[in-house]
Amino acid sequence: MSAVPVGGSLSKAFFALLRRDLLLAFRRRTELLFPVIFLLVVVSLFPLGIGPGPQLLARIAPGVIWIAALLATVISLDGLFRSDFEDGTMEQFVISGHPLTLISLAKIVAHWLVAGLPIVLLSPLLALWMNLPLESLKVMIMTLVLGTPILSLIGSIGVGLTISLKRGGQLLSLLVFPLYVPILIIATAAVMAASDSLPYMQFLGLLLAGLITSLTLAPFAAASALKISLS
Amino acid sequence: MLSVSDIVFERYFEPVFEPVSFELESSQLLLITGANGCGKTTLIRVLTGILHPTSGTIENRAGLMAYVGHYLGIKDDLSVLENLRFMRDFLGTSNRSCTELIEQVGLTRVAEQQARTLSAGQRKRCALARLLVSESKLWLLDEPYSNLDQEGVELVDEMLDNHLGAGGACVLATHGAHRPAWAGTIDYHLVSGATI
Repeated sequence: MSAVPVGGSLSKAFFALLRRDLLLAFRRRTELLFPVIFLLVVVSLFPLGIGPGPQLLARIAPGVIWIAALLATVISLDGLFRSDFEDGTMEQFVISGHPLTLISLAKIVAHWLVAGLPIVLLSPLLALWMNLPLESLKVMIMTLVLGTPILSLIGSIGVGLTISLKRGGQLLSLLVFPLYVPILIIATAAVMAASDSLPYMQFLGLLLAGLITSLTLAPFAAASALKISLS
Repeated sequence: MLSVSDIVFERYFEPVFEPVSFELESSQLLLITGANGCGKTTLIRVLTGILHPTSGTIENRAGLMAYVGHYLGIKDDLSVLENLRFMRDFLGTSNRSCTELIEQVGLTRVAEQQARTLSAGQRKRCALARLLVSESKLWLLDEPYSNLDQEGVELVDEMLDNHLGAGGACVLATHGAHRPAWAGTIDYHLVSGATI
């Protein structure tokens, strides 16, 4: 049996969904702000907890900022498909005949724009708090630009798998954190290398490779996971 | 428009309903009745393609279908108008204006309100408007009369008359409190597949 799409072009559907998700995020501003505030609070607790020694802070800055970014992303991930899943919109998406891969991709892009992009934009402020030198900041921003979309992409697979569970959010963090480890290692290694005036392009290259791989594969995996969860 | 032969859907290795077969042509309404829990919703969900039958075949010659189930697929944070406009843009069907459709289902007064402020009946009407947005030939309706007032029930009947009169087809599941008065109605009594 096949559902045959009529008339509607895929790009139109993609942008309609992207626009709707951004509008919904804007309507639910508190949900939007929570991960960002969480990020700011976690990073600002470190100087208070371990003392404001500038050398030490600069040394741990890449790890602290990246771990806070991971935590903030995981907090926002659960909302990626949940409301659509619970109110029946996902069923409508399946019936529409548009590929679920495209729908997942639109939702992942929207998620990155509201959850990942603010982290990138706030990173100069975080770097200032953590006394990160200016030349390392540049690399820090590049790792976040390349790395945070990977977090959204990989996370979407986990969300797809756990969406049918009532308290899937807790399982989700256990599921995705191990997958985030390589990104954390590569990204912090890049910033540390920059701090030590060592070459760092190889790390950025690895992150870029990771981004391309996950961008090509994750939407398919997320769509399959959603299909399993729907049945 | 829709040929179904011997479909079985098993949950925990137990068939939910007895094997279902039917043939639905244009201007026909298949009315699925049966007791609570006999698998009406499951059958409709199998027909939509959300669930996959354990065995049997479904041949859909109608193309895109439209479905209104228990979960209406309405976003609480969007207005009635925004909900419909999104569906129209998403499906790529834009022949009729959404304001007209809203008027047709009697929601003009609340068109700009966020869906969270609507009553259950008004939400149902909003979901029914989506049927018109989709311009599908085949409608799959699961308990379309629930939560609706007398006027709403008449609205559904009128929508069905127009749809079936224009050559559409519909599968409608109901527990039987009200039945649509369409001449080409085929009754299908669904029997639970439980062996006990």
